[in-house]
Amino acid sequence: MAPDTKHLEVTLETQVESVNLAEELCLRVAEAAGFGEDECYRIGMSVREGVINAFHYGNRECPEKKIHLAVDLTEEKMIIHVLDEGTGFNLADIPDPLAEENLLSTSGRGIFLMRAFMDEFDVVAGKNGGAEIVMSKRLPTPGSASPNGQGGQAASPQHGA
Amino acid sequence: MDLSGRIILGDGSALLRKTVRGLLEDQRKKILLNLADVDYIDSSGIGELVSGFTAVKNQGGDLKLLQLTKKVRDLLQITKLYTVFEVFSDEGTAIRSFQ
Repeated sequence: MAPDTKHLEVTLETQVESVNLAEELCLRVAEAAGFGEDECYRIGMSVREGVINAFHYGNRECPEKKIHLAVDLTEEKMIIHVLDEGTGFNLADIPDPLAEENLLSTSGRGIFLMRAFMDEFDVVAGKNGGAEIVMSKRLPTPGSASPNGQGGQAASPQHGA
Repeated sequence: MDLSGRIILGDGSALLRKTVRGLLEDQRKKILLNLADVDYIDSSGIGELVSGFTAVKNQGGDLKLLQLTKKVRDLLQITKLYTVFEVFSDEGTAIRSFQ
């Protein structure tokens, strides 16, 4: 980790309340880092979806398992890690929620939203098992982010999953 | 039906599900959800809207949306659900569309 990187790490219970807690925590970091309102919304939503994924699909809502959330703030970007204690998954196996046959699916849009709302997104195998979502957003350059976030880029999906 | 707040994993989604199912049990199958005061929906809330839409359709009814906030409209657009739901900005027009 670079010496000027700020690091925050919390271990969350596998429960619904952890989703809001993680969102609020990351929103505070994002606001302090200078992101505008729109970008904060996208970051908050992505954190929600990452923790929902860990809660529901990774840990299978098992209360004995934990969700590990970490935030790194470098000079260039805010990086968010969400690690579960499940069996892991392959991104290529995630159905495309925009495919005609999946449009009326009641689930499966979380990964898509994280990809759409963040600049970088990946899922890697956790060191001790589980899946680790790693996503980042470039910090606003001075003068680029107005209070309502108009300086941020528009959300657009990068991939079809 | 006027909704407000956040439709998210947990109570928000559960309440929407319960309400739509309750209306169907009462044989009220023409449902207009006013989302003017809903400023946030996550993937769980989207799933619940789709679930309600499908349940109502399966019983021969219609579930339509009224007055989306910008965030909700953007979310439905990037998930392509804007093309699935009938969305209205005017309540009178929405109500007449059921007839």
